[in-house]
Amino acid sequence: MQSLILSTAIRLLMPLFLLFSVFLLLRGHNEPGGGFVGGLVAAAAFALYSLAHGAEAGRRMLRVDPRLMVAFGLMTTLVSGMLPFFSGQPFLTSLWSTFPAPVIGHAGSPLLFDTGVYLVVAGMSLLIIFSLMED
Amino acid sequence: MRHLFLFLPLLIPLVTAVLGLLAWNKPRLQRMLGVCGTATLLASAAALLVTVLKEGIISAQAGNWPAPFGITLVADIFSALMVLAAGVMGLAVSIYSLADTDRHHESVGYYPLLQVLLLGVCGSFLTGDLFNLYVWFEVMLIASFVLLAMGGRREQMEGAIKYVALNLIASAFFLAGIGLLYGVVGTLNMADLAVRLRAVPHVGTVPVIAVLLFCAFSIKAAVFPFFFWLPASYHTAPVAVITIFSALLTKVGVYVLIRIFTLIFIQETSTGQPVILAATIFTMMAGALGATAQPELRRILTFCVVSQIGYMLMGLGIMTPLALAGSIFFMLHIIAAKSALFLSTGIVSRLTGTTELARLGGLYHKRPLLAALFLVPALSVAGIPPLSGFWGKLALIQAALGTGHYLTVTVALGVSILTLYYLVRAWSEIFWKKRQGTDNDEYHHVSPTHRRQMLVPTVLLASVSLLMGIAAEPVFRLSLLAARQLLDPGSYISAVLGVRP
Amino acid sequence: MESVLAVVIGGLYAAGMYLMVRRSIIKMIFGLALLGNAANLLIFTVGRLTRGRPPHVLPGELMPSLPVADPVPQALILTAIVIGFGVQAFALVLIKRVYQSVGSDDQDDLVAENRPGGEE
Repeated sequence: MQSLILSTAIRLLMPLFLLFSVFLLLRGHNEPGGGFVGGLVAAAAFALYSLAHGAEAGRRMLRVDPRLMVAFGLMTTLVSGMLPFFSGQPFLTSLWSTFPAPVIGHAGSPLLFDTGVYLVVAGMSLLIIFSLMED
Repeated sequence: MRHLFLFLPLLIPLVTAVLGLLAWNKPRLQRMLGVCGTATLLASAAALLVTVLKEGIISAQAGNWPAPFGITLVADIFSALMVLAAGVMGLAVSIYSLADTDRHHESVGYYPLLQVLLLGVCGSFLTGDLFNLYVWFEVMLIASFVLLAMGGRREQMEGAIKYVALNLIASAFFLAGIGLLYGVVGTLNMADLAVRLRAVPHVGTVPVIAVLLFCAFSIKAAVFPFFFWLPASYHTAPVAVITIFSALLTKVGVYVLIRIFTLIFIQETSTGQPVILAATIFTMMAGALGATAQPELRRILTFCVVSQIGYMLMGLGIMTPLALAGSIFFMLHIIAAKSALFLSTGIVSRLTGTTELARLGGLYHKRPLLAALFLVPALSVAGIPPLSGFWGKLALIQAALGTGHYLTVTVALGVSILTLYYLVRAWSEIFWKKRQGTDNDEYHHVSPTHRRQMLVPTVLLASVSLLMGIAAEPVFRLSLLAARQLLDPGSYISAVLGVRP
Repeated sequence: MESVLAVVIGGLYAAGMYLMVRRSIIKMIFGLALLGNAANLLIFTVGRLTRGRPPHVLPGELMPSLPVADPVPQALILTAIVIGFGVQAFALVLIKRVYQSVGSDDQDDLVAENRPGGEE
């Protein structure tokens, strides 16, 4: 598909989309938002880019294999879930830092988990979109 | 650290799947990961069973949220036994796949998907929350969809579409049942549901929900009249895939039926007894008659899967400790025996290039070991003493006679004879009769490594079936313990909620 | 409001079932999607329709100020939607493959031609 409007607009919109997806991810810490929507927005940015410039260009823009994103995302969620094992607590127990970090407040293992979700969702969506666009 | 034992059977397949994803383009590494991962899973399942036997029912709360609010994992003897069976099957199929999986399947992620499938199966066995069960079912289903459609041959597509459609309808029923149940009771924790529903008489919506869930799980378990999708789809997939499907996926359906109808819907189980027994009878008959009519080995075995589901459900219909113990013993037996049959079928098809009975024959002279490997599990499935199937059927029939279900007994015995007939007929067609047409005894060459990789799991499973027959006593005592636990929901509830109701 | 939603749910189920029994595979997938949506709406409705606030416990308070909405049905629906998304994506890929190999969207065409040949 060749659309001048889309291909021009997406160059400007892409950074905004990605920033917004990170914003959603961090906002999900305490308010509506989170890794899932964040990941979807990030995937939407790359999907639009691929619509304008082709799936090959989309893959080049992404730089990493979406499959690896899924793997690392799952790994991150697993690590965040297994951290409480070290203190003898069950899987997925939330651990919170005692002193507040700037901007996001008390960080904890749920943020790590959400980051993993973000990567899994973005990677999985892009995997499906790319494979549908390519054959 | 007891809760660690409950999480390990879920974490091990997940970690293995992730590692497999990371090793996407390295098939050798993926194969090794598959075997090591399932071996570890088997070890952790054994540890879980030992813990449960020593300490009684154990539970853990994911995220440390107290029981009715968070997601609970529970293991009693029944679920621990099933997880152990999943571990054994995972290992056997991973080893068999080393020889039987082609490059294409490996390149689209066969091994990680197998782990995801095992993850879903173990999750379904261990969860104590109805909605969480739905999630595990979907995990299992998505993995099984891809495994079934892998390869993309036309008949596979046809099978996959039926499988996908029927299973998604079942999921929609299940989801609707969960929603209605939450609306009526206000909880989805299975122990909490049991507490709240045991106090009140079940009128109005609750029996309807029970029927909805019974239908949903009957579709998954391939119970009459919902079994059509199974013979239509299973025979199209590669042998290793059908083996693990028939060994674990339908058993998950039966497991869940037994679990919720002994824990939550006890009143419906007693009022619905004629319906359950009718479903049992028709499932057995439909499967056996279907198998008798088939001219092709893999189709015979898929109909046979359906027929055996009937026996597993029989215990639920009768609901005495002996009957439930018979069902549990039968489930363990059929997982081993039927899988050994499927795997030896795979070897036959690898050697001859076909599974059509008309084109097979005369294998006995060339491969006597294979003939024995097919015959032992076949006789075991038919229920010939002293093999494992006999003891399971004996317990079920004894229980049915004790409670006066003579029609069920008649059908069960008749179906056993039919099973013996079609399996022995298949055996003699493959191994005994003269091969038609070309009388040159040429077989496809199988390298010694591959031969070992295919034979080891088959021998393992066949000897499990043999051992369960010769040393039936300890296994049966274990099944009886599991059945007693199932019939005493109080111990399950107190293990989860911490209070004796 | 409940009665309106009940009618909508019934309509969705009916439409889903109707589409499921069509011969076209793509319509079957649409039917499955409608069934999933009907089930989600059902959970939403039986979870009680309340005009409440989010069930947050504000700082300094011991319990949320009533009336609050029940968060559990919403969490269930969200999860079910996500799962439905994954399954439907897979189903779409599957029917695309089917269309490529069979050249038709009709389930009867799928069956007709592989009966005589049998196994490979």
